[in-house]
This record gives sequence, C-alpha cells and structure tokens, in this order.
Amino acid sequence: MADIFEILTTLGFWAATLRIVSPLIFGTLGELLCERAGVLNLGIEGIMTIGAMAGWMWVFQGGDLWTAVLFAAFVGGIFGLLHASFTVYLGVSQHVTGIGITLLAVALSSYIFRMMLPEVTTPPKIVPFQIYEVPLLHEIPFVGPVLFSQTPLTYLALLLVPVVWYLLYRTPMGLAIRMAGENPVAVEAQGIDVLMVRTAAVVAGSAMMAIGGAFLTLSAFDAFYFGMINGRGWICIALVIFASWRPGKALIAALLFAGLDALQVRAQQVGGAVIPYQFFLALPYLLTIAAMVVMSRRTAYPKALLKPFRRGDRI
Amino acid sequence: MNQNLPTEDNSATLEEILKLDGITKRFGNLTANDGISLSLAVGEILAVLGENGAGKTTLMNIIFGHYVADEGSVEVRGQSLPPGSSEAAIKAGIGMVHQHFTLAENLTVLENIILGREPLFSIRQKLSAGRRKLRALSEQFGLDVQPDTLVGDLTVGQRQRVEILKALYADAQILILDEPTAVLTPQETENLFATLRSLVKKGMSAIIISHKLNEILRISDRIALLRRGKLIGVVDAKDADRDQLAEMMVGRKVTRPKTQSLKAGAAVLKLENVSTSGASSSEDLKNVNLSIHAHEICGVAGVAGNGQNSLADLICGIRAPSSGSIELMGKKLTRFDCRTVVKAGVGRIPEDRHAKGIIGEMAVWENLVSEDLRQPPFIRGAFLLDKSAGCDHAASTIERYDIRCPGPQAETRLLSGGNLQKLILARGLSRQPRLIIASQPSRGLDEGAIAYVHGQLLEARKHGAGILLISEDLDELLSLADRIAVIFRGQLREIPAEASHDIRQIGLMMSGQEAV
Repeated sequence: MADIFEILTTLGFWAATLRIVSPLIFGTLGELLCERAGVLNLGIEGIMTIGAMAGWMWVFQGGDLWTAVLFAAFVGGIFGLLHASFTVYLGVSQHVTGIGITLLAVALSSYIFRMMLPEVTTPPKIVPFQIYEVPLLHEIPFVGPVLFSQTPLTYLALLLVPVVWYLLYRTPMGLAIRMAGENPVAVEAQGIDVLMVRTAAVVAGSAMMAIGGAFLTLSAFDAFYFGMINGRGWICIALVIFASWRPGKALIAALLFAGLDALQVRAQQVGGAVIPYQFFLALPYLLTIAAMVVMSRRTAYPKALLKPFRRGDRI
Repeated sequence: MNQNLPTEDNSATLEEILKLDGITKRFGNLTANDGISLSLAVGEILAVLGENGAGKTTLMNIIFGHYVADEGSVEVRGQSLPPGSSEAAIKAGIGMVHQHFTLAENLTVLENIILGREPLFSIRQKLSAGRRKLRALSEQFGLDVQPDTLVGDLTVGQRQRVEILKALYADAQILILDEPTAVLTPQETENLFATLRSLVKKGMSAIIISHKLNEILRISDRIALLRRGKLIGVVDAKDADRDQLAEMMVGRKVTRPKTQSLKAGAAVLKLENVSTSGASSSEDLKNVNLSIHAHEICGVAGVAGNGQNSLADLICGIRAPSSGSIELMGKKLTRFDCRTVVKAGVGRIPEDRHAKGIIGEMAVWENLVSEDLRQPPFIRGAFLLDKSAGCDHAASTIERYDIRCPGPQAETRLLSGGNLQKLILARGLSRQPRLIIASQPSRGLDEGAIAYVHGQLLEARKHGAGILLISEDLDELLSLADRIAVIFRGQLREIPAEASHDIRQIGLMMSGQEAV
C-alpha cells in the first residue's frame, strides 16, 4: 500500500496521467456535445480510429503535423455528418447508426491503410509532436515538469474544456444545443432550426473525437496500429455519464480514469508478484464503473436524448 | 349562419391584423382543415371552438409555422407569411402558448425565454440585459415569475405564465393559446383571463382554442366554430347561446345522461392510512383514507401529477402500498397483483388508453379476452388458447357494446379513440365488476362517445358497482359523482357534503389551500 502512495508522489506518474487523459478529454467533450444536443454518438470508437489513421497518413504522405490535426478533424466531421444525416434528418435509431458508423470507420481505416501501404509489414513511423516546454512556467517545481512540459495537443485538450463550457453556457448557440437536448419542440417554437443545431453539435463533437484519435498517432505514438483505440471511445461514453454531461466534471472524470490507468501500470511492477497483472489492467474499468454507479444515480440526463425530432409531425 | 363581421359599435378596432384564406391541410386520408378562412381584428379575442379532432390545433400550428398548409395562405397586416417557418411567424408578431408547454425543464425560466431572441452565432449571450427586460415585462403585465428558477420547479400555472412571457418577450402582437385552461384550477383560469383582458386592452389580439363552452362565452368577443375540419360559422359571443353552440359544435343534439339518486350499499373498497413510495414526492400517496360503496360514484378531482396515477395503480394492482391496508369487497387484500385484483371484481379503465389499455398490434378479440385468459371457455386443455371461443365472445361483445370495427380479428390500433374506449369499457364491464376504477375516461373523446361512456358508468352504478372516477374535468365530476374528493400532493381530502358542488371550494383545495 505504501508503495502505491509513493507512486502518487512521482513526477512520472502525473506526467503520464496527463498524456493518457488527452485523447479521453477530446473524446469525452466531443461525445458530451453530441449528447447535450440529444444525439448519442456510438460512432465515437470508429471516428477516433479513422481520426488516428487520417492524421497519421497525412503526415506520412508529407503533410505537417498541425494540418494533420485539421485533416483528422475534417474526416471526423464528415463521419459526424453521416451520423447526423441518419439520426437527425431521417430519425433512424441512434444506437444502430452509431454502431454502424463505428464498424464502417474501423474497417475503412484498416482498408485505406492497407490499400495505401500494401507492402509494409511493420507499421512505418513518422516524427510526432515533440514536447513543448512553456517558457518560464515549466521551471516551476513539480507543476512545471508535469503541466508545462507536454506536447501541444495536450495543451489543446486542456484548453478545450473551458472553451466547450463557454460555448454551452455563455453563447446563444450553446443554449440552443442544450435546449435541443432537453425539448426540441421548444427550440422549434422559438423559431430555431432544431435539425441544424443538432447537426452542428454532432459534426463539431465528431471532429473533437477524431482529434482525440489523432493524438495517439501524432503525439503519444508515432505509428498507426490496428485496434490502437482499444475501447477508449466506449470509455468516453461512460465518462460523459459519470460527468453528468458537464464539461468541468468531464475533465475530472477523465483525469480519474487516466490516473488509475497510469497507476495500474506502475502498480503492476510493484505488486505483480502477488496479484495477477490482469487484475491491474481491469482496475481502471472496475473503478470507473463503481464511480459511475455512485455518481450518476441522481443525475439529470438530457431529456430528449435518443429522441428523434421530425418537423411537421403530428405533435 | 355565415361569417358575421364585428358590428358597427366596435368599428374603431376593426383594423384587421391576421387573415386566413382557404387553409386546407391533409394528413393522409384525413382532412384536418378544409378551406378555412378567418380574420382577427386588433384588440379582439377570437375563440376557436370545436371538439377534439375538429382541427383547431392543426389550424393554429399552420399559423405558427409548425405545419405547412396544403392550400391557402396566412396574412399578417396584409403581408403574407412564408409557410412552415416558426421564425417568420415570431418575426411577424405571433406568439403561441402550446397546450403541451414547449419548455425545457432542466433550464431556467430566463434561458427558456431568451432562446432564439439573439443571433445564434453571437459570441456572448446577453443574460443580464435579458433578465432586466423580463423583469420589466413581468411587472408591466403582472405576470410574476423568478427569472433564474428552473422551469421544472414551477407549477403548471406558473409554466403557462412563462409561455405567455416568452411570447411577450418576442414582442408578440397576436397571442394564440391552445386549450390554456385544460390544466388549470378554476382560480388560475380566472387569473389567466384577467391577464388576457389586460393584454388585449394594451392593443394585442388573441386567439383562444377550447372545447369548454362556458369559458369561451366569458372571455371571447367572437367565436369561430370548427367541425371535422370545416368552419361551421362565426358568431358574436354576446349573441351566442350555450345550447345552440353545443349543437353546432357536435353537429347534432347530444344529451348527456342524467344521474338518478340511489342509496349507497355495502363498502366495496376501503383504504386505511395507505401510503405509497417510489414515485416523486408529489405523486406518492400519503395516509390516504377512502371508502367506496355499491351504487356510488366517488369523484377524485385534482391537477395532473398530484398522485392520481399512484391511486389508480394501487387499486388496479400495479403498485403495492408501503403502509396501510386495502379492503376489497370487505376482504383485506394481501397480494398486490393485477390478477388478484381483477379476480376480486375490479374493472379497470386506465388513463392512457393506447399505452396501458390495449396492445395495439394485437387483434380486437385478443384484447377483449386478455383479462380472462386462464378461464374457460377461452382455455382448452391445460394451456391452449381457444381462438374460436375468443372470437365468438368478441363478436357478441362488439355487437353489445357497439364497437365500430371490421371484426374480432381486426388490428386494435386501427380503432378510433372512441371505439378503443368502448373496447376497454366492454372488457372491464362485461365481467360485471363490483368496483370500477375509471381514470380520465372521457379524455380526448367526442361528445357522442363521452355520452356513451357516462351512460355505461351510470348503468354499472345502477347495477350495484361502486365507481372511483378520477378526472381533471370538473364538469364531468360535478355531473356524475355522488361525492368528490380532492387530491393534492398525494393527500386526499373529501369535500364536505354541503360544499360538494362549490367550484370555488374545489379549486382552492386543488391548489392545496385549506378548506374553509
């Protein structure tokens, strides 16, 4: 037990937590935006996968890193548009469409990767984002090396939390998004196009998810592997519930999961002799489920989540 | 009786603000609106009167841009309104208070009101300016609401105020109210009417939709009558006669059955200190005492959501009490499930016909025998369902209760609302129940069907059934019930016999104020 507390005081643990949390923040905020508008996006796992592939491929073909991020977001937005056209405009089941999009995007990622690089056996590498030390701030003891010696995409992820919060709670568009997730008829009755609002939220949310995927190939690693998203998308969906659909809480939820993940890797080395390592691997998931059960029992979920809105239907 | 334009004496206010010309709207085979032309003058309250399904709401939804009319046009101050755009309707000064409020419960009053009143893509929401404008408006019109409370915490009457303020905030000149009194207590209705009168005095115009004749006659200047999608006529309210309007609305003379006085018999239901748990705090019953006797109709009045569902579910065997005791026909109930209750002789008419009353995808005969599935003649051998016996039973029931349907094998969801209710009545009443629990039995039905339902209930009462009648329609309760109790936040209070027909008293109790 004392060993575990010792891990918590190391720089490496906290720096790793921030690395692990970055893609989760993008994914969770993206999913949160979709769900706040009333659309569950189960395409997240696939959208993160194709974002990872698209961003990596852009750089491998000679593009630079930042345009790769934009390209990944663009591709994610396209899949968001696909999801929105089925669920928002046609009113098809959000579950079925979302799972379909995940299957499509995962398969398409592998297909395109193989098609463009038929010869390779080991995944080729690119030069990823390097650590950027924020001038002056990174010299602060402990906080500096943890918070201000990260790759730029981690800073972007952390910055996105207040941005999404501001969008949702301080702008007319954000109000329309929240209302579309609560009662779309009320939005329509105020003269606003519900379908447009929902579509915008899904497209923007999906773009964020794709950047989360691209973080893995452009920042955390330097290559694209099949199955590298490894359930992160599904975790983000759980984190949104854990966070009661609030951006600030989403950051805390994501940090908790990432911290547990960073901890279990280190705890394996400490306690691996006694306890099977699979236990440690499962630990973040188990604790997240437990936390979710405790936290989300009384949360007010968006009332119109999963409910399609059709104009001119008999109300 | 054709369109009577306002008479000479109010020619000062004759300026026309809204004009409908030949509006037609079809939903599949149904023509909801058939060539309707109407006009609204400045400073006028126009009532649109008609039965359920006459096309009133459809017409208003066309004006407000929720629907696109198949034919015809809407003009505001001589300018034609682009069809199918709520945005355009709001810009033209039309505000609508929907029957089912269009509010988001998890958001504040202010957020609900300012949505859409600023450019969607502006970088900052001007919340404090909005709050100031809202405060000024609510002061000016005497509509008291707190801008920063959650809509979910408001009462129905307060929510309606928010809806009206929403329209005023958007600078509406024409206010459309769809069945605004359906969910209000009599006192709240008075307040609403006072508000409407003051709005109209300030130069606004209003259209009020209703099927309640008495209210319409009190509040409106002119009355437009709709029947089956057609405009039957427009009359001045002051020349109108209640009975004549009723006949025009229905298209024929309908007399609702009258009750005859009967001596109450033995108790068929007795609740002693019954409480329930598991619903919301205002829906859970708290120490309810109630007894119902044979030959007696006990009415339960109350605003929706005050425990009516818990009470009905309890007696139907869907919900078990958390404390207290229930006696059915003099025997204490120990098992709380539907089968026990039905076997003991309870006939059930659920509130939501489609969701709880029937299974729409199954045949009429299947729905009709669904409470007798385990008994002969419908069961053959140990567990085989006898379809022909079921169909025979259904065929005779269909005839006896005059259910209009293609036959026992027809799909139930294709029946009209009135015929569905007949089916449910037939299933419950043909077993000759000794206790009948009827929740909102006439909601959404037309006059003929209501008369039928009331007739059947009174017939059952004559034959010795005790009836618990839960209704939001005070007129229904007053005309049928022998005594009336009021439910508020899960507490049931009986109205003293001497005040049992005092609407004011019932209204006060419905809003939780102590009996005088």
